[in-house]
Amino acid sequence: MLMAWLKSLDAREQVALLFVILFGVLLLASAATLLASVRDRADDEAERFKNFRRDLRAVWISATVFWLAWMSGPLGATLLFAGFSFLALREFVTLTQTRRGDHRSLMLAFFVVLPLQYTLVGLRGFDLFTVFIPVYVFLAIPVLSALAGDPTRFLERNAKIQWGVMVCVYGLSHAPALLLLEFPHVKGRGAFLVFFLVFVTATAQIAQEAISRQLRRRPVARHIDRSFSLRVWLWANLLAGLVGGLLFWITPFKLPQAMVMAFIAGAAGTLGEFVMRALKADAGIDYWGNRSSVTGAVGLLDRLAPLCFAAPVFFHSVRWYFQLRPGL
Amino acid sequence: MTAADFVGHLLVGIARLITGAQGHWKGCPPKAEQRIYFANHQSHLDWVLIWASLPADLRAVTRPIAARDYWTSSPLKHWITREVFRAVYVDRERSEANADPLAPLIDALEKGDSLVIFPEGTRSNKGLPQAFKSGLFHLARQFPAVQLIPAWVDNVQRVMPKGEVVPVPILCTVTFGAPCNLTEGEAKADFLTRARDAVVACRPGGPAC
Repeated sequence: MLMAWLKSLDAREQVALLFVILFGVLLLASAATLLASVRDRADDEAERFKNFRRDLRAVWISATVFWLAWMSGPLGATLLFAGFSFLALREFVTLTQTRRGDHRSLMLAFFVVLPLQYTLVGLRGFDLFTVFIPVYVFLAIPVLSALAGDPTRFLERNAKIQWGVMVCVYGLSHAPALLLLEFPHVKGRGAFLVFFLVFVTATAQIAQEAISRQLRRRPVARHIDRSFSLRVWLWANLLAGLVGGLLFWITPFKLPQAMVMAFIAGAAGTLGEFVMRALKADAGIDYWGNRSSVTGAVGLLDRLAPLCFAAPVFFHSVRWYFQLRPGL
Repeated sequence: MTAADFVGHLLVGIARLITGAQGHWKGCPPKAEQRIYFANHQSHLDWVLIWASLPADLRAVTRPIAARDYWTSSPLKHWITREVFRAVYVDRERSEANADPLAPLIDALEKGDSLVIFPEGTRSNKGLPQAFKSGLFHLARQFPAVQLIPAWVDNVQRVMPKGEVVPVPILCTVTFGAPCNLTEGEAKADFLTRARDAVVACRPGGPAC
Protein backbone atom coordinates (compact mmCIF):
# COMPACT_ATOMS: atom_id res chain seq x y z
CA MET A 1 0.00 0.00 0.00
CA LEU A 2 2.74 2.44 1.06
CA MET A 3 4.90 1.22 -1.77
CA ALA A 4 2.07 1.68 -4.23
CA TRP A 5 1.63 5.25 -3.05
CA LEU A 6 5.35 5.94 -3.35
CA LYS A 7 5.42 4.53 -6.84
CA SER A 8 2.47 6.69 -7.82
CA LEU A 9 4.41 9.90 -7.12
CA ASP A 10 6.40 11.40 -9.96
CA ALA A 11 10.17 11.82 -9.74
CA ARG A 12 10.05 15.39 -8.44
CA GLU A 13 7.59 14.61 -5.69
CA GLN A 14 9.59 11.62 -4.62
CA VAL A 15 12.74 13.74 -4.34
CA ALA A 16 10.87 16.36 -2.35
CA LEU A 17 9.57 13.68 0.01
CA LEU A 18 13.09 12.39 0.37
CA PHE A 19 14.34 15.77 1.55
CA VAL A 20 11.47 16.20 3.96
CA ILE A 21 12.30 12.82 5.54
CA LEU A 22 16.05 13.43 5.52
CA PHE A 23 15.97 16.86 7.12
CA GLY A 24 13.25 15.74 9.49
CA VAL A 25 15.40 12.91 10.80
CA LEU A 26 18.41 15.19 11.06
CA LEU A 27 16.41 17.79 12.95
CA LEU A 28 15.19 15.16 15.40
CA ALA A 29 18.73 13.85 15.91
CA SER A 30 20.10 17.35 16.46
CA ALA A 31 17.30 18.24 18.87
CA ALA A 32 17.98 15.03 20.81
CA THR A 33 21.71 15.74 21.06
CA LEU A 34 21.02 19.32 22.09
CA LEU A 35 18.88 18.05 24.97
CA ALA A 36 21.44 15.40 25.83
CA SER A 37 24.28 17.92 25.84
CA VAL A 38 22.96 19.50 29.03
CA ARG A 39 23.81 16.40 31.06
CA ASP A 40 27.17 15.98 32.78
CA ARG A 41 29.38 13.17 31.55
CA ALA A 42 32.46 11.22 32.49
CA ASP A 43 35.52 11.96 30.39
CA ASP A 44 35.45 9.01 28.01
CA GLU A 45 31.72 9.30 27.52
CA ALA A 46 32.07 13.02 26.87
CA GLU A 47 34.67 12.21 24.23
CA ARG A 48 32.33 9.75 22.54
CA PHE A 49 29.52 12.27 22.64
CA LYS A 50 31.78 14.87 21.06
CA ASN A 51 32.68 12.46 18.29
CA PHE A 52 29.05 11.73 17.68
CA ARG A 53 28.21 15.39 17.36
CA ARG A 54 31.08 15.75 14.92
CA ASP A 55 29.67 12.93 12.82
CA LEU A 56 26.22 14.42 12.95
CA ARG A 57 27.60 17.74 11.77
CA ALA A 58 29.29 15.95 8.87
CA VAL A 59 25.97 14.39 7.89
CA TRP A 60 24.28 17.79 8.03
CA ILE A 61 26.95 19.15 5.73
CA SER A 62 26.58 16.32 3.23
CA ALA A 63 22.78 16.61 3.32
CA THR A 64 22.89 20.33 2.68
CA VAL A 65 25.42 19.91 -0.11
CA PHE A 66 23.25 17.33 -1.73
CA TRP A 67 20.18 19.51 -1.42
CA LEU A 68 22.04 22.42 -3.01
CA ALA A 69 23.24 20.17 -5.81
CA TRP A 70 19.70 19.07 -6.52
CA MET A 71 18.22 22.57 -6.27
CA SER A 72 20.75 24.13 -8.58
CA GLY A 73 20.36 21.70 -11.46
CA PRO A 74 23.13 20.21 -13.61
CA LEU A 75 25.15 23.40 -14.01
CA GLY A 76 24.93 24.28 -10.34
CA ALA A 77 25.81 20.77 -9.24
CA THR A 78 28.83 20.71 -11.50
CA LEU A 79 30.06 24.07 -10.23
CA LEU A 80 29.39 23.09 -6.63
CA PHE A 81 31.42 19.91 -6.85
CA ALA A 82 34.13 21.70 -8.82
CA GLY A 83 34.41 24.07 -5.89
CA PHE A 84 34.70 21.18 -3.46
CA SER A 85 37.33 19.57 -5.65
CA PHE A 86 39.32 22.77 -5.61
CA LEU A 87 39.21 23.02 -1.82
CA ALA A 88 40.03 19.34 -1.36
CA LEU A 89 42.96 19.47 -3.77
CA ARG A 90 44.25 22.64 -2.13
CA GLU A 91 44.21 20.85 1.20
CA PHE A 92 45.85 17.75 -0.25
CA VAL A 93 48.67 19.72 -1.87
CA THR A 94 49.26 21.59 1.37
CA LEU A 95 49.92 18.28 3.12
CA THR A 96 52.36 16.91 0.57
CA GLN A 97 55.84 18.28 0.37
CA THR A 98 56.06 19.95 -3.01
CA ARG A 99 59.19 21.55 -4.37
CA ARG A 100 59.79 24.55 -6.58
CA GLY A 101 59.97 22.33 -9.66
CA ASP A 102 56.39 21.21 -9.05
CA HIS A 103 54.98 24.67 -9.54
CA ARG A 104 54.05 24.27 -13.18
CA SER A 105 52.55 20.81 -12.60
CA LEU A 106 50.43 22.20 -9.81
CA MET A 107 49.30 25.09 -11.98
CA LEU A 108 48.24 22.53 -14.56
CA ALA A 109 46.35 20.52 -11.98
CA PHE A 110 44.47 23.48 -10.49
CA PHE A 111 43.86 25.75 -13.44
CA VAL A 112 43.63 23.38 -16.40
CA VAL A 113 42.82 19.83 -15.33
CA LEU A 114 40.19 20.68 -12.73
CA PRO A 115 38.12 23.06 -14.90
CA LEU A 116 38.42 20.78 -17.92
CA GLN A 117 37.31 17.69 -16.03
CA TYR A 118 34.21 19.45 -14.73
CA THR A 119 33.49 20.96 -18.13
CA LEU A 120 33.48 17.43 -19.48
CA VAL A 121 31.03 16.43 -16.76
CA GLY A 122 28.79 19.39 -17.55
CA LEU A 123 28.84 18.61 -21.25
CA ARG A 124 28.15 14.93 -20.54
CA GLY A 125 31.33 13.93 -22.37
CA PHE A 126 31.55 10.68 -20.44
CA ASP A 127 33.89 9.10 -22.98
CA LEU A 128 36.68 11.58 -22.48
CA PHE A 129 35.69 12.22 -18.87
CA THR A 130 36.64 8.66 -17.88
CA VAL A 131 40.08 8.68 -19.53
CA PHE A 132 41.12 12.32 -19.43
CA ILE A 133 42.93 12.21 -16.08
CA PRO A 134 44.15 8.58 -15.99
CA VAL A 135 45.58 8.78 -19.51
CA TYR A 136 46.38 12.31 -20.65
CA VAL A 137 47.04 14.09 -17.38
CA PHE A 138 49.03 11.09 -16.19
CA LEU A 139 51.45 11.85 -19.01
CA ALA A 140 51.28 15.65 -18.90
CA ILE A 141 52.20 16.10 -15.23
CA PRO A 142 55.57 14.30 -15.30
CA VAL A 143 56.46 15.97 -18.61
CA LEU A 144 55.94 19.43 -17.13
CA SER A 145 57.80 18.35 -14.04
CA ALA A 146 60.75 17.05 -16.07
CA LEU A 147 60.85 20.29 -18.05
CA ALA A 148 61.28 22.13 -14.74
CA GLY A 149 64.62 20.35 -14.48
CA ASP A 150 64.59 19.12 -10.90
CA PRO A 151 65.36 15.37 -10.64
CA THR A 152 65.18 15.23 -6.82
CA ARG A 153 62.61 12.61 -5.72
CA PHE A 154 61.10 12.88 -9.18
CA LEU A 155 58.88 9.82 -9.16
CA GLU A 156 57.69 10.47 -5.63
CA ARG A 157 56.67 14.07 -6.30
CA ASN A 158 54.84 13.25 -9.50
CA ALA A 159 53.12 10.27 -7.98
CA LYS A 160 51.83 12.48 -5.18
CA ILE A 161 50.42 15.10 -7.51
CA GLN A 162 48.87 12.50 -9.79
CA TRP A 163 47.33 10.72 -6.83
CA GLY A 164 45.93 13.95 -5.43
CA VAL A 165 44.36 14.79 -8.79
CA MET A 166 42.93 11.28 -9.05
CA VAL A 167 41.31 11.42 -5.63
CA CYS A 168 40.26 15.05 -5.35
CA VAL A 169 39.32 15.81 -8.95
CA TYR A 170 38.70 12.56 -10.78
CA GLY A 171 37.04 10.77 -7.89
CA LEU A 172 34.82 13.59 -6.77
CA SER A 173 33.79 14.56 -10.31
CA HIS A 174 31.91 11.28 -10.50
CA ALA A 175 29.33 12.57 -8.04
CA PRO A 176 27.91 15.25 -10.38
CA ALA A 177 28.40 12.83 -13.25
CA LEU A 178 25.85 10.57 -11.57
CA LEU A 179 23.38 13.44 -11.62
CA LEU A 180 23.85 13.87 -15.34
CA LEU A 181 23.98 10.25 -16.39
CA GLU A 182 20.69 9.49 -18.11
CA PHE A 183 19.42 5.97 -17.70
CA PRO A 184 17.25 4.49 -20.40
CA HIS A 185 14.17 3.92 -18.25
CA VAL A 186 14.49 6.39 -15.43
CA LYS A 187 14.86 9.94 -16.65
CA GLY A 188 15.72 12.74 -14.27
CA ARG A 189 16.47 10.49 -11.36
CA GLY A 190 20.20 11.08 -11.07
CA ALA A 191 19.53 13.00 -7.85
CA PHE A 192 18.30 9.78 -6.27
CA LEU A 193 21.51 8.03 -7.13
CA VAL A 194 23.66 10.80 -5.66
CA PHE A 195 21.52 10.78 -2.55
CA PHE A 196 21.73 7.01 -2.35
CA LEU A 197 25.50 7.18 -2.70
CA VAL A 198 26.00 9.94 -0.14
CA PHE A 199 23.59 8.34 2.29
CA VAL A 200 25.03 4.84 2.23
CA THR A 201 28.64 6.04 2.41
CA ALA A 202 27.77 8.24 5.36
CA THR A 203 25.92 5.32 6.98
CA ALA A 204 28.87 3.00 6.49
CA GLN A 205 31.24 5.59 7.93
CA ILE A 206 29.17 6.32 11.01
CA ALA A 207 28.30 2.64 11.52
CA GLN A 208 31.97 1.76 11.38
CA GLU A 209 32.79 4.29 14.04
CA ALA A 210 29.87 3.28 16.24
CA ILE A 211 30.51 -0.46 15.94
CA SER A 212 34.24 -0.12 16.56
CA ARG A 213 33.42 1.54 19.89
CA GLN A 214 31.23 -1.38 20.94
CA LEU A 215 33.14 -4.24 19.43
CA ARG A 216 36.81 -4.07 20.37
CA ARG A 217 38.80 -6.14 17.90
CA ARG A 218 42.47 -6.44 17.22
CA PRO A 219 43.26 -3.67 14.73
CA VAL A 220 44.71 -4.88 11.41
CA ALA A 221 47.04 -1.94 11.08
CA ARG A 222 47.55 -0.32 14.43
CA HIS A 223 49.98 2.30 13.20
CA ILE A 224 47.40 3.64 10.78
CA ASP A 225 44.14 3.27 12.58
CA ARG A 226 43.71 1.88 16.07
CA SER A 227 40.09 0.93 15.54
CA PHE A 228 40.02 -0.46 12.02
CA SER A 229 39.40 -4.19 11.94
CA LEU A 230 38.06 -6.36 9.15
CA ARG A 231 35.13 -7.66 11.15
CA VAL A 232 33.98 -4.17 12.14
CA TRP A 233 34.40 -3.08 8.56
CA LEU A 234 32.31 -5.96 7.31
CA TRP A 235 29.52 -5.35 9.82
CA ALA A 236 29.43 -1.64 9.04
CA ASN A 237 29.10 -2.26 5.34
CA LEU A 238 26.51 -4.98 5.76
CA LEU A 239 24.54 -2.42 7.69
CA ALA A 240 25.07 0.07 4.87
CA GLY A 241 23.81 -2.60 2.47
CA LEU A 242 20.73 -3.06 4.62
CA VAL A 243 20.05 0.68 4.68
CA GLY A 244 20.57 0.72 0.92
CA GLY A 245 17.98 -2.03 0.67
CA LEU A 246 15.51 0.11 2.64
CA LEU A 247 16.05 2.87 0.11
CA PHE A 248 15.67 0.69 -2.93
CA TRP A 249 12.43 2.39 -3.96
CA ILE A 250 14.26 5.63 -4.80
CA THR A 251 16.79 3.88 -7.02
CA PRO A 252 16.46 2.23 -10.41
CA PHE A 253 17.55 -1.05 -8.74
CA LYS A 254 15.61 -4.00 -7.40
CA LEU A 255 15.93 -4.83 -3.70
CA PRO A 256 18.90 -7.27 -3.84
CA GLN A 257 20.76 -5.13 -6.35
CA ALA A 258 20.24 -2.04 -4.21
CA MET A 259 21.76 -3.88 -1.24
CA VAL A 260 24.78 -4.98 -3.26
CA MET A 261 25.27 -1.49 -4.67
CA ALA A 262 25.05 0.03 -1.20
CA PHE A 263 27.56 -2.50 0.08
CA ILE A 264 29.96 -1.67 -2.75
CA ALA A 265 29.64 2.08 -2.23
CA GLY A 266 29.96 1.79 1.55
CA ALA A 267 32.96 -0.50 1.25
CA ALA A 268 34.74 1.80 -1.20
CA GLY A 269 34.03 4.77 1.02
CA THR A 270 35.22 3.25 4.29
CA LEU A 271 38.32 1.80 2.65
CA GLY A 272 38.99 5.21 1.12
CA GLU A 273 38.75 6.76 4.54
CA PHE A 274 41.17 4.16 5.85
CA VAL A 275 43.64 5.03 3.09
CA MET A 276 43.31 8.71 3.95
CA ARG A 277 44.16 7.87 7.56
CA ALA A 278 47.39 6.33 6.37
CA LEU A 279 48.11 9.51 4.49
CA LYS A 280 47.39 11.61 7.55
CA ALA A 281 49.58 9.43 9.72
CA ASP A 282 52.37 9.95 7.22
CA ALA A 283 51.85 13.72 7.22
CA GLY A 284 51.91 13.66 11.04
CA ILE A 285 48.33 14.80 11.57
CA ASP A 286 45.80 12.93 13.71
CA TYR A 287 42.71 14.78 12.78
CA TRP A 288 42.17 17.31 10.06
CA GLY A 289 39.61 19.29 11.92
CA ASN A 290 39.73 23.00 12.37
CA ARG A 291 42.44 23.06 14.99
CA SER A 292 45.55 25.01 14.34
CA SER A 293 47.45 22.13 12.81
CA VAL A 294 50.70 22.32 10.96
CA THR A 295 49.05 23.44 7.80
CA GLY A 296 45.94 25.08 9.12
CA ALA A 297 44.03 22.59 6.99
CA VAL A 298 40.32 23.10 7.35
CA GLY A 299 39.34 19.43 7.39
CA LEU A 300 37.16 19.36 4.31
CA LEU A 301 39.21 16.61 2.72
CA ASP A 302 38.40 14.47 5.75
CA ARG A 303 34.69 14.70 5.04
CA LEU A 304 35.00 14.31 1.31
CA ALA A 305 37.47 11.41 1.24
CA PRO A 306 34.88 8.60 1.47
CA LEU A 307 32.87 10.18 -1.33
CA CYS A 308 36.00 10.68 -3.49
CA PHE A 309 36.64 6.94 -3.37
CA ALA A 310 33.08 5.69 -3.42
CA ALA A 311 31.80 7.87 -6.29
CA PRO A 312 33.88 6.44 -9.17
CA VAL A 313 33.38 2.84 -8.03
CA PHE A 314 29.66 3.37 -7.66
CA PHE A 315 29.42 5.28 -10.95
CA HIS A 316 30.99 2.49 -12.95
CA SER A 317 29.08 -0.23 -11.12
CA VAL A 318 25.86 1.53 -12.03
CA ARG A 319 26.91 1.89 -15.62
CA TRP A 320 27.77 -1.77 -15.88
CA TYR A 321 24.57 -2.71 -14.17
CA PHE A 322 22.63 -0.95 -16.89
CA GLN A 323 25.03 -2.08 -19.59
CA LEU A 324 25.35 1.52 -20.54
CA ARG A 325 27.64 2.42 -23.36
CA PRO A 326 29.54 5.62 -22.68
CA GLY A 327 27.74 8.63 -24.06
CA LEU A 328 24.51 6.85 -24.80
CA MET B 1 31.50 51.34 -2.20
CA THR B 2 34.47 53.02 -3.79
CA ALA B 3 36.69 51.36 -6.37
CA ALA B 4 39.43 51.06 -3.76
CA ASP B 5 37.12 49.25 -1.34
CA PHE B 6 36.01 46.93 -4.07
CA VAL B 7 39.57 46.08 -5.12
CA GLY B 8 40.42 45.59 -1.46
CA HIS B 9 37.59 43.10 -0.99
CA LEU B 10 38.55 41.40 -4.24
CA LEU B 11 42.18 41.00 -3.15
CA VAL B 12 41.15 39.62 0.23
CA GLY B 13 38.78 37.21 -1.54
CA ILE B 14 41.48 36.00 -3.88
CA ALA B 15 43.97 35.62 -1.04
CA ARG B 16 41.43 33.55 0.93
CA LEU B 17 40.63 31.41 -2.10
CA ILE B 18 44.25 30.70 -2.91
CA THR B 19 45.75 30.40 0.57
CA GLY B 20 42.94 30.24 3.08
CA ALA B 21 44.70 33.18 4.82
CA GLN B 22 43.93 31.86 8.27
CA GLY B 23 44.97 34.00 11.18
CA HIS B 24 45.83 32.10 14.35
CA TRP B 25 45.76 34.44 17.31
CA LYS B 26 47.88 32.51 19.77
CA GLY B 27 49.47 35.21 21.89
CA CYS B 28 46.93 38.02 21.67
CA PRO B 29 43.33 38.61 20.63
CA PRO B 30 42.53 40.41 17.36
CA LYS B 31 41.70 43.74 19.01
CA ALA B 32 41.45 47.09 17.27
CA GLU B 33 44.15 48.85 19.27
CA GLN B 34 47.26 50.47 17.93
CA ARG B 35 49.86 47.88 17.07
CA ILE B 36 53.01 47.24 15.11
CA TYR B 37 52.99 43.77 13.61
CA PHE B 38 56.43 42.49 12.64
CA ALA B 39 56.85 39.30 10.63
CA ASN B 40 59.19 37.11 8.63
CA HIS B 41 59.49 38.04 4.97
CA GLN B 42 59.65 35.35 2.30
CA SER B 43 57.50 36.55 -0.54
CA HIS B 44 55.70 39.54 -2.03
CA LEU B 45 52.47 37.95 -0.85
CA ASP B 46 53.38 38.26 2.84
CA TRP B 47 51.71 41.63 3.28
CA VAL B 48 48.53 40.65 1.42
CA LEU B 49 48.30 37.49 3.49
CA ILE B 50 48.68 39.27 6.83
CA TRP B 51 46.20 41.88 5.70
CA ALA B 52 43.68 39.28 4.55
CA SER B 53 43.97 37.33 7.80
CA LEU B 54 43.04 40.40 9.87
CA PRO B 55 39.37 41.02 10.71
CA ALA B 56 37.84 43.83 8.64
CA ASP B 57 37.93 46.46 11.39
CA LEU B 58 41.62 45.86 11.99
CA ARG B 59 42.32 45.84 8.28
CA ALA B 60 40.98 49.36 7.99
CA VAL B 61 43.57 50.80 10.38
CA THR B 62 46.57 48.64 9.49
CA ARG B 63 49.02 49.92 6.89
CA PRO B 64 52.04 48.43 5.12
CA ILE B 65 55.37 50.07 4.35
CA ALA B 66 56.21 50.44 0.66
CA ALA B 67 59.40 51.53 -1.06
CA ARG B 68 58.55 54.80 -2.76
CA ASP B 69 60.69 54.35 -5.88
CA TYR B 70 59.20 50.92 -6.73
CA TRP B 71 55.59 51.31 -5.68
CA THR B 72 55.05 54.70 -7.27
CA SER B 73 56.75 53.80 -10.55
CA SER B 74 53.53 53.04 -12.41
CA PRO B 75 50.04 54.53 -11.97
CA LEU B 76 48.55 51.12 -11.10
CA LYS B 77 51.13 50.27 -8.43
CA HIS B 78 50.80 53.75 -7.02
CA TRP B 79 47.00 53.57 -6.96
CA ILE B 80 46.89 50.15 -5.29
CA THR B 81 49.39 51.02 -2.58
CA ARG B 82 47.94 54.49 -1.99
CA GLU B 83 44.19 53.89 -2.23
CA VAL B 84 43.70 50.22 -1.38
CA PHE B 85 46.45 49.51 1.14
CA ARG B 86 47.04 53.11 2.33
CA ALA B 87 50.72 52.29 2.32
CA VAL B 88 53.30 54.36 4.14
CA TYR B 89 55.97 55.26 1.59
CA VAL B 90 59.60 55.26 2.59
CA ASP B 91 62.65 56.30 0.59
CA ARG B 92 65.26 53.66 0.16
CA GLU B 93 67.85 56.29 -0.78
CA ARG B 94 68.25 59.09 1.71
CA SER B 95 67.70 62.39 -0.05
CA GLU B 96 69.39 64.46 2.66
CA ALA B 97 72.09 63.28 4.95
CA ASN B 98 70.17 64.16 8.11
CA ALA B 99 66.70 63.03 7.11
CA ASP B 100 65.23 60.34 9.35
CA PRO B 101 64.21 57.36 7.19
CA LEU B 102 61.64 56.42 9.84
CA ALA B 103 59.88 59.79 9.69
CA PRO B 104 56.91 58.60 7.58
CA LEU B 105 56.37 55.66 9.95
CA ILE B 106 56.49 57.91 12.99
CA ASP B 107 54.01 60.16 11.26
CA ALA B 108 51.60 57.29 10.68
CA LEU B 109 51.93 56.03 14.26
CA GLU B 110 51.27 59.53 15.62
CA LYS B 111 48.04 59.52 13.63
CA GLY B 112 47.02 56.35 15.45
CA ASP B 113 47.43 53.85 12.62
CA SER B 114 48.79 50.33 13.03
CA LEU B 115 51.71 49.17 10.89
CA VAL B 116 53.02 45.92 9.48
CA ILE B 117 56.77 45.82 9.09
CA PHE B 118 59.24 43.21 7.94
CA PRO B 119 62.34 43.98 10.02
CA GLU B 120 64.61 41.76 7.93
CA GLY B 121 64.51 44.47 5.30
CA THR B 122 64.60 42.00 2.45
CA ARG B 123 63.00 38.71 1.47
CA SER B 124 64.76 35.57 2.59
CA ASN B 125 63.97 32.03 1.55
CA LYS B 126 66.33 30.14 3.80
CA GLY B 127 63.69 29.13 6.31
CA LEU B 128 64.66 31.13 9.37
CA PRO B 129 64.62 34.93 9.19
CA GLN B 130 67.80 36.96 8.92
CA ALA B 131 68.94 39.35 11.62
CA PHE B 132 66.51 42.21 12.23
CA LYS B 133 67.34 45.77 11.28
CA SER B 134 67.24 48.43 13.96
CA GLY B 135 64.16 50.35 12.76
CA LEU B 136 61.90 48.22 14.96
CA PHE B 137 63.94 49.14 18.03
CA HIS B 138 63.69 52.88 17.34
CA LEU B 139 59.94 52.66 16.85
CA ALA B 140 59.57 50.60 20.02
CA ARG B 141 61.49 53.21 21.99
CA GLN B 142 59.56 56.17 20.63
CA PHE B 143 56.13 54.56 20.98
CA PRO B 144 56.15 52.49 24.17
CA ALA B 145 52.33 52.50 24.27
CA VAL B 146 52.00 50.77 20.90
CA GLN B 147 51.89 46.97 21.16
CA LEU B 148 54.52 45.07 19.22
CA ILE B 149 53.06 41.82 17.89
CA PRO B 150 55.32 39.18 16.36
CA ALA B 151 53.83 37.15 13.50
CA TRP B 152 54.93 34.18 11.44
CA VAL B 153 53.69 33.75 7.89
CA ASP B 154 53.85 30.07 7.00
CA ASN B 155 53.94 28.27 3.66
CA VAL B 156 53.85 31.34 1.41
CA GLN B 157 57.06 30.51 -0.39
CA ARG B 158 55.31 27.42 -1.76
CA VAL B 159 52.42 29.45 -3.14
CA MET B 160 54.58 31.62 -5.33
CA PRO B 161 58.26 30.70 -5.56
CA LYS B 162 60.71 33.31 -6.80
CA GLY B 163 60.41 33.86 -10.53
CA GLU B 164 56.84 32.55 -10.87
CA VAL B 165 53.92 34.88 -11.49
CA VAL B 166 50.90 32.62 -11.04
CA PRO B 167 50.22 31.54 -7.45
CA VAL B 168 49.30 27.92 -6.76
CA PRO B 169 46.58 27.26 -4.18
CA ILE B 170 48.18 26.07 -0.97
CA LEU B 171 46.90 26.78 2.52
CA CYS B 172 48.88 29.34 4.49
CA THR B 173 48.60 30.54 8.05
CA VAL B 174 49.58 33.68 9.89
CA THR B 175 50.30 33.06 13.55
CA PHE B 176 50.24 36.06 15.86
CA GLY B 177 52.27 35.81 19.05
CA ALA B 178 52.23 37.52 22.43
CA PRO B 179 53.20 41.22 22.54
CA CYS B 180 56.95 41.73 22.65
CA ASN B 181 57.59 45.27 23.89
CA LEU B 182 60.84 46.94 24.82
CA THR B 183 61.70 46.51 28.49
CA GLU B 184 63.22 49.16 30.67
CA GLY B 185 66.82 49.85 29.61
CA GLU B 186 67.04 46.94 27.17
CA ALA B 187 69.94 47.21 24.73
CA LYS B 188 69.29 47.42 21.01
CA ALA B 189 71.01 44.16 20.05
CA ASP B 190 69.26 42.25 22.86
CA PHE B 191 65.87 43.56 21.87
CA LEU B 192 66.33 42.76 18.18
CA THR B 193 67.43 39.21 18.98
CA ARG B 194 64.48 38.77 21.33
CA ALA B 195 62.08 40.12 18.70
CA ARG B 196 63.47 37.76 16.09
CA ASP B 197 63.13 34.83 18.49
CA ALA B 198 59.54 35.84 19.17
CA VAL B 199 58.77 35.67 15.46
CA VAL B 200 60.43 32.27 15.12
CA ALA B 201 58.52 31.03 18.18
CA CYS B 202 55.24 31.65 16.33
CA ARG B 203 56.16 29.10 13.73
CA PRO B 204 53.51 26.33 13.68
CA GLY B 205 54.83 23.10 15.09
CA GLY B 206 57.28 25.01 17.27
CA PRO B 207 56.77 25.71 20.97
CA ALA B 208 53.68 27.71 21.86
CA CYS B 209 54.25 31.42 22.00
